[in-house]
Amino acid sequence: MAEIAGKLREVFVEALDLDGEVDVENLKYRDIEAWDSVGHMALVAAIEDEFDVEFDTDQVIDMSSFKVAVDMVTDLQSK
Amino acid sequence: MLEGKVALVTGGTRGIGLATARALAEAGATVVLTGRDEAKAKEAAAAAGAASGLALDVTDAKAVSTLVRGVAKEHGKLDIVVANAGIMEDALLGMIREELVDTTLSTNVAGTLHTVQAAARAMMRKKTGAIVVLASIVGEHGSAGQTVYAASKAAVANIARSAAKELGRSGIRVNAVAPGVIDTDLTSGLTEDAKAENIGKTPLGRLGTPEDVANAIRFLVSDDASFITGQVLGIDGGLVL
Repeated sequence: MAEIAGKLREVFVEALDLDGEVDVENLKYRDIEAWDSVGHMALVAAIEDEFDVEFDTDQVIDMSSFKVAVDMVTDLQSK
Repeated sequence: MLEGKVALVTGGTRGIGLATARALAEAGATVVLTGRDEAKAKEAAAAAGAASGLALDVTDAKAVSTLVRGVAKEHGKLDIVVANAGIMEDALLGMIREELVDTTLSTNVAGTLHTVQAAARAMMRKKTGAIVVLASIVGEHGSAGQTVYAASKAAVANIARSAAKELGRSGIRVNAVAPGVIDTDLTSGLTEDAKAENIGKTPLGRLGTPEDVANAIRFLVSDDASFITGQVLGIDGGLVL
């Protein structure tokens, strides 16, 4: 879980172009301008590429925070 | 014109889709085409000079997502998507079965939407890409006996207009072409009188060919159209319905 969270943090920083001020671990969808619906698509694509997983539409819509994303990736990788 | 580009054409086994796959391949793109039947898709890919032909049912959102990701992964990127897969069945207003509504909307509208969604996700990271969807002149003007088809194609045109507004700032262009009467399998059921009537209404005096549409699509996905997005381009010889 910690390894996934660490890698996911890097993906969030890169995909959303975050600076060091952002509290990534507690970030939620639409908390910041970069994580809007378009940023969300870029983020989802980046996560899929990094972890070689595929989200269905409901999962994409439900990915409402960094913590939820960690849980989703962990769940998909355990299957 | 398209050297180094990777393109996906859905519904590429015949008619406009096949002509488009061929036009993009001839322009230098690496083309993957799809069709509902895998054997026909492979056969069409060989005929069009495409890199591969794959089976795809565009009404299956998961399958579309998986295929688009797979193409982008195999070729390292995805620059061009032509969402061409569609069906056309005529029925006068009083004769429209519920099943016809369901199949037409799920293929033409939901299928196009799934394809555009998956394409946008694949293109988003590189912040560049060109998508073309297949609308129709009847979607813009209506046509007796084609209420369901016309409604579906009006929806497709507005997928292009809306997606263009959302995706423009990510460098992704989305346009539609709206063919008039094109001489393909879809219009093979027209009587000679009906064809003659359509030709009579067309200032350029002939039916369109799949290549007429393919050439316009090739332009729209090229860098020559780099400042064009959200447009519905009529490919109809000036036909007035």
